Amino acid sequence: MDIGKIDQIIDKHDSEASALIQVLLEIQSENKWLPKEALTRVSEKLAVPMSRIQHITTFYKTFSLTPKGRHEVHVCVGTACHVRGAQNILDTVEEVTGVKPGETDPDLNFSVETVSCLGCCALGPVMVVDGEYHGNVEPAETAKVLKDCACSQEQ
Amino acid sequence: MAKITSPAELEKLREKILSQRDPDKLCITLCSGSACHATGCDPVADALAEEMEKQGVVGKVDFRRTGCHGFCEQGPILVVYPQGICYLKVKAEDVSEIISATVKGGKVIERLLYVDPNTGEKATLEEDIPFYKNQQRLVLGPNRKIDPKSLEDYLAVDGYQALVKTLFELSPEEVVGEVKNAQLRGRGGAGFPSGIKWDFARKAPGEQKYVVVNCDEGDPGAYMDRSVMEGNPFAVLEGLMIGAYAIGANEGYIYVRQEYPLAVANLTIAIEQAEEAGLLGENILGSGFDFTVKVHRGAGAFICGEETSLLNSLEGKAGEPNARPPFPATRGLWGKPTNINNVETWANIPLVINKGADYFTAIGTEGSKGTKIFSLVGKVNNTGLVEVPMGTTLKDIIFKIGGGVPGGKQFKAVQTGGPSGGCLPEDLLDTQVDFDELTRAGAMMG
Ligand SMILES: Cc1cc2nc3c(=O)[nH]c(=O)nc-3n(C[C@H](O)[C@H](O)[C@H](O)COP(=O)(O)O)c2cc1C
Ligand code: FES
Ligand code: FES
Repeated sequence: MDIGKIDQIIDKHDSEASALIQVLLEIQSENKWLPKEALTRVSEKLAVPMSRIQHITTFYKTFSLTPKGRHEVHVCVGTACHVRGAQNILDTVEEVTGVKPGETDPDLNFSVETVSCLGCCALGPVMVVDGEYHGNVEPAETAKVLKDCACSQEQ
Repeated sequence: MAKITSPAELEKLREKILSQRDPDKLCITLCSGSACHATGCDPVADALAEEMEKQGVVGKVDFRRTGCHGFCEQGPILVVYPQGICYLKVKAEDVSEIISATVKGGKVIERLLYVDPNTGEKATLEEDIPFYKNQQRLVLGPNRKIDPKSLEDYLAVDGYQALVKTLFELSPEEVVGEVKNAQLRGRGGAGFPSGIKWDFARKAPGEQKYVVVNCDEGDPGAYMDRSVMEGNPFAVLEGLMIGAYAIGANEGYIYVRQEYPLAVANLTIAIEQAEEAGLLGENILGSGFDFTVKVHRGAGAFICGEETSLLNSLEGKAGEPNARPPFPATRGLWGKPTNINNVETWANIPLVINKGADYFTAIGTEGSKGTKIFSLVGKVNNTGLVEVPMGTTLKDIIFKIGGGVPGGKQFKAVQTGGPSGGCLPEDLLDTQVDFDELTRAGAMMG
């Protein structure tokens, strides 16, 4: 990741150490994951020890210290989605992409995560693919959304 | 918007906005909350823009994208005013007919109306749908009337009137007194009396104090805070400013869980607009009161809904809880006195100040005043957000508003209060929902 971009993000938060989590969130949303160089830069600029950054990045579920796939799939497994068949959706996702929750395939096509509640409970089960919400999904539709994703990247 | 420097100027602006709005004018509103995004409000909005142009009604019809109506399962929801004709599960393909038949011809399109699954009856107006009929939407009400990205819309529904009253007519002690008299209890779960908590923070020694909004909403299955923050961020902001004035804080933080990107987006716009209009910043409306606010996004950790963890997270640390006492009211953010309340608690504050404690205490039960928003989800006919007076029975919520269990199946149990709550069986269906009754039944509010 470009150091200039990282500096820009840090400067936006007035280089305040308390903004550490917000800075990391922005880097992650730019770059999808947090490479070592980025963390080193943050540590220097905010004057926060690496050990604390390590603690933060492992404590919060959002942060990823390994590269993410081109497509990010989030499946809600909150109570409301659970009772409406979230597990079937998760199984279908694994069938189609070959990726288990919390993992990314070696070709970096898909990353799959579970989340608990996206606030769209009335539409359960809910799945988010690359930021787009899909409500009341069924296994067949899930497979279609993911296959369309895989196709669009081959073109 | 130019800076507003006095209450008189604000009122002048409000009058101007209202004079430009004709309540009899045709207006189409489209719910654009995050659930309606999932069901496809964007293609509907695009089709509307195109059809309005094509059928030559631009300028004759207003179009507004609103916050969550709470009936997400039936979204996208489109309402045609002034009649208030409510269409559910609207698709882009329906739009051409909506313009030609309803907007131009005043005719109702039957197939887009709500059908009662129990009686087969249709409802034309939103108010006629049983799901809404039995609710009292004091907090959620504005959601369907205003565009959450428009300060003007909020001003048109008397927005920031409570702030003016607070800054110019009431002393901090009087504000705390009003909240105490209203017997408002925290909506975040524990039900602690908000006025008493504010008083602790107000009386705590120290120059620097903070106010914080808890929008972590960690309980899966609940989305009332999402809906309020997304659909009416102004009310939360206004409540927060009133609380800041009352306890003597000049800085506030709004903690929003990471899973709510639209709430962050709308809230950020509301803050920018308030800053531009002089409703945030230095010397607000010429009152001498200064207040700034920052949005802090969470990073995915259930425990951060707990207040001491949340405050640690705001400081840029891991969100691990501290032992209490000391309570945040004496030692909170960066060791300073801090008052933290839930989104819904803050959103009730403008109501309490505008209408007064007497109005507020007339609603609800002996120990729990006002309304409470519930998220009714799972195996019920009508799922969605339900705002009812405290003390409404579980039976009324599930059967009158929720329409009962689908397919006429036997009711088994209802869980309240998320993972920390409990499951209540059929023989407890007459339980009146308020803080004390739920605790007595072994469950929790929420
Ligand atoms: C494990 C745990 C999770 C909590 N999650 C939330 C939450 O998601 N939202 C919330 O407002 N309060 C939550 N609370 C309660 C807060 O600690 C705090 O009491 C509340 O924000 C106070 O606001 P109120 O007085 O307006 O309810 C949680 C408490 C615990 C112990
Ligand atoms: S439980 Fe899945 S969106 Fe709420
Ligand atoms: S998001 Fe549209 S009704 Fe809830």
